[in-house]
Amino acid sequence: MALFGSAAAGAIGYIYWQTNVLLARQLEQTIEAETRGLAEQYRAGGISNLTKTVSNRSLTPGNSLYLVTDNEGRRITGNLTSVSKILWNSVGRVEFVYKRPSQNGPEDRLALASVFRLPGGFRLIVGRDIEDRRVFQRVVRSAFFIGLGFMALVGLGGGWLVSRGLLARIDAVTATGRTIMEGDLTGRVPVNGSGDELDRLSINLNAMLDRIEQLMAGMQEVSDNIAHDLKTPLNRLRNRAEAALHEHGDAKSYRDALERTIEEADGLIKTFNALLSIARLEAGTAGKAKNEIDAGALIQDFVELYEPTAEDKNMSLTAKVADDVHLKGDRQLIGQALANLIDNAIKYGGSKKGGKIEVTAGDTGQTVEFSVSDTGPGIPEKDRERVLKRFVRLEESRSRPGSGLGLSLVAAVARLYGGSVRVEDNKPGLRMVLSLPHKTNHNGVSRTQ
Amino acid sequence: MTIQAQISANHLVQDMSATGLHSESMRVLIIEDDSETAAFLAKALKEAGHVPDHAADGEAGLALAESQVHDVLIVDRMLPKRDGLSVISQLRENGIQTPALILSALGEVDDRVKGLRAGGDDYLTKPYSFSELLARIEALARRTSPEEAVTKYKVDDLELDRLTHKVTRSGQQILLQPREFRLLEYLMKHAGQVVTRTMLLEHVWDYHFDPQTNVIDVHISRLRAKIDKEFDKPLLHTVRGVGYSIRADGA
Repeated sequence: MALFGSAAAGAIGYIYWQTNVLLARQLEQTIEAETRGLAEQYRAGGISNLTKTVSNRSLTPGNSLYLVTDNEGRRITGNLTSVSKILWNSVGRVEFVYKRPSQNGPEDRLALASVFRLPGGFRLIVGRDIEDRRVFQRVVRSAFFIGLGFMALVGLGGGWLVSRGLLARIDAVTATGRTIMEGDLTGRVPVNGSGDELDRLSINLNAMLDRIEQLMAGMQEVSDNIAHDLKTPLNRLRNRAEAALHEHGDAKSYRDALERTIEEADGLIKTFNALLSIARLEAGTAGKAKNEIDAGALIQDFVELYEPTAEDKNMSLTAKVADDVHLKGDRQLIGQALANLIDNAIKYGGSKKGGKIEVTAGDTGQTVEFSVSDTGPGIPEKDRERVLKRFVRLEESRSRPGSGLGLSLVAAVARLYGGSVRVEDNKPGLRMVLSLPHKTNHNGVSRTQ
Repeated sequence: MTIQAQISANHLVQDMSATGLHSESMRVLIIEDDSETAAFLAKALKEAGHVPDHAADGEAGLALAESQVHDVLIVDRMLPKRDGLSVISQLRENGIQTPALILSALGEVDDRVKGLRAGGDDYLTKPYSFSELLARIEALARRTSPEEAVTKYKVDDLELDRLTHKVTRSGQQILLQPREFRLLEYLMKHAGQVVTRTMLLEHVWDYHFDPQTNVIDVHISRLRAKIDKEFDKPLLHTVRGVGYSIRADGA
C-alpha cells in the first residue's frame, strides 16, 4: 500500500516537475525571441524605431508585455501601464505583479520580464504574463494532493476490507482447528467456492481432515473388533487350558489339550497379523515397494498355486489374460489380495457339483482390473457393501473356517493404491473385481482435487 | 547326519540316503535381550542337539560373533546398545559371513527387505513357532556349502538332476510339472531337515504372506503321489504341525 502510494506520488510529481520545466523553458524562449527582435529594431533605428515597434506589438492581444520608459521612468509606449519600484531598479529577469483591466475591474496578475537599460536613460521591459501558468500550476498541485489523498483513502479502505475478509477466513480455519483439538473430528473449514488460494488451502485441509477422520474411525473399528473377535478365541484358549489343568488326565490328554491350545494360538496370531496388515495399509505405512508387475504372470502364479486345492473341491480354476497387462506396485501385497480373492472363491464359490472359477486381468486404459468369478451362490445385493468390512462374515459362512478379514485386506490394498473393489453378480455366482491404477499412487489419497 | 559329497568327474552328488539323524550339531549364537525368550531358545536348541551361546545386547553379540566360530546367528532386531541390523551389517563389513536369522516384531515386506539388505539371510516375524525357527536355522546352516557346485541330489533311490531337470526313482523316470520340480528340488536340497509350509511358499513361489488355506499341502500330496505312491518305501514325510521332510528313514 505504502509502496503503491509512493510510486503514484513519485509519478505524478515527476510529471508536474517536467511540465513546469517545459513551460519555464518555453517562456524563456518566447521572451528571448521578443528581446532579440526588439534589439534588432533598436540597432536599426534607434529609440524611435524601438518605440514604434513596441507600440505596434502592444496592440496585438496576447500575453506579451512591453514597456519603454524615459530616464525618469515615465511610460513612452507599451501595454504595461505602471512600473513598480522594484521593477524599475532591477536589471535582468524579474517576476512582478501588474494590474490588467478586465470585466470585473483591474486584476492582479503575475508576470515575468527582462529589464534592459538603454543609452540615454531609456528602459525597455519585455515580459510575459504568467498568471495562467501560475493558475495551471496551482490546479496541477491541488489535483496532485487531492488525487494522492483520494488514492490513499481508497487504498487504505480497500486494504482494510480485503484483510478483514482474509482474517475472518483465517479465523475460521483457526476455529476449525480448535474444534478438532477439542476432539470433534467432524469440524471442517468453510469453503466459499471462489477457487482462490485460501479456498484451495481450505479444500486441501478438509481432504486431510477427511483422511484423519477415516483413519481414526478405522482405529476405533480395529479396537472394537479386537475387543470382540479376539477376546472370544482368547477366552476359549484360556478355558481349554484351565479345563486341562483341572481334569487330572493322562499324558495323552494333556498333550491333546496343549496341541489344541497351540492351534488356537496360531489362529489368533493369524487374525492378529491380518488385522495389523490392514491397519498398516490403511495408515499408508506399508506397501512402498514399486515392482513392475506383469499381471498375466501374477495371476498364472496364483492359479497354479490354488489349482490343486480347487481341483480337490471338484472346481476348475482357469486364468484368462489379455496380452501385456502391466502395473506398478508391491507384488507381495497385490499378490496377497489376489490370493485372498481366489481363496474366497474356492471356499464359498462352489456348489455340491463343484464349480468354475475364472481369474482374469485386463487393461481398461486408466486401470488394471483383476477379476475372480465363480459360479456359486453369490452374495445378495444388500450384503455386497458389507462383505468388504472387517470381520463381517455372512451367516452361511460362519460355520466354516476363516477370519472374516480376507476381503477387507483386499479392500485395504485397493484403497492404498487409489483403486477400488467391486462386488458384482456373475449370473450365476459372484464376481469380485479389484481395480488398480496403472501407476499406483501410494497412500491412496488422490492428489488431483 | 553326515553329508557325503561324492566328487565324480564333472559333478558333485549330495547323498542324503546315508544315515538316520536329521542334522549335525550346530553352534548357535542367540543375540536376544529378553532373558526368558533367550533361555527358552537355548533350552529348546539344546534339546534339538545343538550348542547355544547367548548375548544379551548388540555390542556383546557383535563381540561374541567376531571372536568365536558359530554355524548360525539368531539376531533379535531390537536390541540394547546396538540394534540387530547394525550388528549384522558390521559383521558383514568385517568379513564374517556366518548365516543370520533376524527375529522381528515388524513383519511387513518393507521390513523384511531392509533386514535382508543389511546382510541377514532369513527373517522371521514374532510370534513364531520354535519348529519354524529350528527348520529355518538348520536350512541356513546348510546353505553355507556352495550350492552351485551341487548339480544332483540323491535321497535313497530318488534322484534329481538340476541340469537336465530329470527325476528318477529306482531308475524309473518321473515326470513332474515345473513347479513340482522346484518343490522337490527345494525339499531335496534340505533333505533330512524339516521344511515348513511358509519356507516352501517363500522359496518355491516367492511369496511372503500367509495363504490362509494350506494350499501347499495339496501340492505336496500331488508330488507325493508321483514320487512315493508306486514305491514301497515312502520318502516324503509329513512332520505334524511343522511341515515336511524328505528322507530315507521311515521315522
